[in-house]
Parts: sequence; C-alpha cells; structure tokens
Amino acid sequence: MIKSETIEMAANEIMARAAIDIPEDYKSGIKGMIDMEKGDLSAFVLEAMLENWEVATEDRRPMCGDTGVPRYYIKTGNEAQIEGGFIELEHRLRRATAQATHDIPLRPNRVHPLTRQDNNNNVGMNAPEIEYSFEPDTDWIDITTVHKGGLFGTDYRMLFPGDGIDGIKRFFLDVLLAFGKRGLACQPAIVGIGLGGSKDTCMMLGKQAACLRTVGSRHPQAEVAKLEDELKELGNTTGLGAMGFNGNSTVVGCNIEVGYTHTGGMPMSVHCFCLSSRRATARLYSDGSVDYRTDPEWFTPYMRRNTVGWDGNAALAGAAE
Amino acid sequence: MGERASKLKTVRLKTPISDEDLKSLEIGSVAFLDGMLYTAREGVYEKILNKGETPDVDFTRLTNVNFHCAPAASQNDDGSYNIGAVTATASFRFAKYLDRWFSETGTKVIIGKGGMSQAHYNELYVPHGAVYLTTVGYGTGALLGRGIVDVEAVNWLDELGIAQAMWILKLENFGPLLVESDIHGNSLFERNNKEVNERVEGLYEGLKPPALARYGETRNKTDELI
Ligand code: SF4
Repeated sequence: MIKSETIEMAANEIMARAAIDIPEDYKSGIKGMIDMEKGDLSAFVLEAMLENWEVATEDRRPMCGDTGVPRYYIKTGNEAQIEGGFIELEHRLRRATAQATHDIPLRPNRVHPLTRQDNNNNVGMNAPEIEYSFEPDTDWIDITTVHKGGLFGTDYRMLFPGDGIDGIKRFFLDVLLAFGKRGLACQPAIVGIGLGGSKDTCMMLGKQAACLRTVGSRHPQAEVAKLEDELKELGNTTGLGAMGFNGNSTVVGCNIEVGYTHTGGMPMSVHCFCLSSRRATARLYSDGSVDYRTDPEWFTPYMRRNTVGWDGNAALAGAAE
Repeated sequence: MGERASKLKTVRLKTPISDEDLKSLEIGSVAFLDGMLYTAREGVYEKILNKGETPDVDFTRLTNVNFHCAPAASQNDDGSYNIGAVTATASFRFAKYLDRWFSETGTKVIIGKGGMSQAHYNELYVPHGAVYLTTVGYGTGALLGRGIVDVEAVNWLDELGIAQAMWILKLENFGPLLVESDIHGNSLFERNNKEVNERVEGLYEGLKPPALARYGETRNKTDELI
C-alpha cells in the first residue's frame, strides 16, 4: 500500500527539485554546445545559464523567475495500491502544489483565462493537469512533475502524406525561426515533436516528447530515430543561437513520438522545452521507500506497443516492422 | 563569469541612471545595476494611465528603471517578503503604453525580454532618450534574484496579486544584462536578425511547400511575429 502522506511528501520534494535543480542531461547538453558555439554573444548567454543553475542549486532558489505551469504525470503499476485511491492521490498533489508555491516560492502563474482571478497557489480549475499511464507487472507508482514555461515555441499543423519529409522539415524550421528570433523560445531547446494521432494526441505526444524524454535519448524505431538526428542537425543550421544571437545553438535535443493517424493525414506538433527544462520524478514503492531521479522514463515499451495484446518486450519488435 | 564573457565589454551602473551613463551605453555590452528598480505589467499600466490612480509609494522619485517582470515571491507571516527568482517577461506587448509612460514617469531604462521592434525604438525610445537592457537567457532568474537585496515597497499587492503588483526592489550587482538598444535606437536584436535573415532563403531551398496553406500565413520567413 502506498500511503497518501508519502505521496504528498514526495510531490513537495519533486516540486522543489524541478524548480531549482536543472537535470544533468540538459546541463551537459548545453555544456557541449558552448564548446561548439561560434557566436560570442550566444556563448556568453550559455555561460551565464551555467552560472545561473549553480546559483539556483546553491541558494535553493528557482532557476527561473517564471516558474512555469506545474503539472503532473503519473505512471502507476498495474498492481499498485494507493491509500484512499486516486481521489486522494489527486487531492495530495493539489495540496503539494499549493504548499510548494508558497514555500519555494513559485510564481502563482495560474489564473482564470477570462476573469484573470488568481488563487495565488497554482491550483484552479483543471490545474494542475494530471495525466496517467500504466505499467504492467509492478506495484510502484512514478510521479513526475514538469514546470514548463514559455508562452512561445509551440505550434501545430495538419500536414498530408504527400507533404512528406519536406513538409515536416519546413514546419520544423517555421517554428524555430518564428520563436527563435530574439530568443522568445529561450533556446537551446529540447524540441519535442508529435507526429500523427488526432490533433489532441498529436499535441500531447509532442509535449511529452519534449518534457518527458532526456537529451540524448532516441526513439527505438530506426526511421524515427534517424529523423530525430536529421532535424536536430537542421535546427542548428538556422544561424540562430541563444537569444537569437548569431550562432549555432538552437536544438540541444530532438525527440519525436508517433501515434497512428488518419490514413489521409500527417498532423505534426512542435514544442520547445526551454533553458529551464524542469522535470523531476519520484518512484514510490509499496514498502514506503522513495527514489528520486530526473529521467521520467515515461515512454516505456508498453506505452509504445504496436500490437493488440501485450507480451512483454516482443511488442516493440512489432513496432519496427 | 565564463571565458566567452570576457570578450564582451562590461559596465556597472547606478540608478537613477544619469544622462551621461545613458549616452555612453553601447549595444552588446554587459551591464550590472546597483540602486533600485520597479516592476510593471498590464495591471499597473492600466491603473496609472487609464484609470488615473496614484500608487501609495511614488516610484518616480526613487528610480528611472522599469523592469518588465513578475517575481517568484511570497509573503511571510510577519509581513516581510521572500523573493526567490526573477525573470523578465516579453516586452513587445507593453509597447502601446510606453509613450505616455515615458512622459509621465520620467523612466529612461526598460529591462525586459526580447527587446522591441525598430519602429518602437525610433518612435518611442529615441524621442524620450530611453534605452533597453535585455535580461540574459532568458532564464537567469536565480542570478537576478541574488541581485535583489531587499523589497523597498509594493504597490497594489492585494488588488493586483503577486504577479501583477508593482514591486520596488533594491539592487546590488543586479545582472548580467545586455545593452540591447542605445539612445540612437540601434538595436542588437535587429542587427542579429538581419544577419540571420540573409541565410533564411537557403534553409528552405529544395523543400516543397505543404499542400494546404493557412489563413494569414506569410511565406516570408524574414518577417517577425512581434
Ligand atoms: S521560457 Fe523557460 S527559461 Fe525562458 S523565461 Fe520562460 S521558463 Fe524561463
């Protein structure tokens, strides 16, 4: 049984870790980019970011003043038992959100879209979002929080099969140029791309690809992984560096997730996870212990299964055929 | 600061920023500030310019630096404040308030994110002798947070909330910032955009346009969204 108190404690902890400590995979990605960066202004910005992350961790203060819109991703083992059930789980996550907003502090970013009313705690109608996925044959739950900022850097477009890779590349460039100028997207970004699905699935997959996969991760399907590499390279030839200054640091990683889609279409979404690529995960075991990490490990073989049934890792092989 | 930073010129400025200092600022220099600044977003401009309200604390006597920002802050039980991190918000959307704002408050320096368009510099900044300093990253919230040593006052905290209230903040070595525009309206972003735009055609070369267009879409990739 996973206790509700443990859930709230772990949620508070990952809220602070996400807001304050930059994930190692992103930081080393940026360090690698500084050495390659040709533009002095762009390199200066990246150096300042490294210093900023050190200060954040040292002072235990948020790395960015815009602390984004905190949300949660729950992966629950098929055998997991949660004290009080999912209603209690959601209650504890909302409590932790309000508490962490005051204690860290986070900026109370969440307001009613029309009245602009602010509860001053990042909680409200449909906020924080809580998304679910499942994992077979286990009894732990993973709680991941993502604090994605940025009003800029996301777009969706319905492309068609005939548009092909050209269409994908064009739209990818469109988004990077539109939001990369002046650094509105706070690049270098982890660019997540959703390909396929319905419009909502397409947006969801792209966002999850940006926020729940690490820099350096690769899609298991060879064609998709190849496109990830190509787009990353293309994205770094736009001439835009950090803040839109001349340079070659726009994309620190490109992650693509696919969903089977309407035979007539090829919807695509692009999402930029910024210089504050904030995520943290806790795994809660049935014996009460908790492990923390920065890789959400969200896209498991089970998530990407391509078969009717589930027969372990064999299902992945099916995806590649 | 790092190795590449040493290639850039660095200046330290005291607020209120003097005309002499304003004149000497060169685009692309790194700047640090000591003294005070105030924050202002939509809520504040609406109150002062459109509703004619007067703030409890007269910020114009304290500083001529306006920061487009909302801090990650909270109020302690004893009434004091806990300022965590501060980061600028995109400035272009405040352009419509600026002309009157410069005239009525004597503000000379805007600190923000993304700068403004060349037209805004020519029409709004140059006539008022104002300049724009951009924050860096833009995610340097922790560094900037360290540069804020105290809260001098907060106007309209209850009415506008933490994010929209006017914060008057005391600074020490607040930065790094980059000089984005000078008093002649030269702009670092505009200069960089020009260089990027020269290559844009080549990027798209050989990629056929999609079958279905979109309303209002520009095919000219040198256009800007702001
Ligand atoms: S986009 Fe990211 S780094 Fe930039 S201001 Fe927003 S949260 Fe901060």
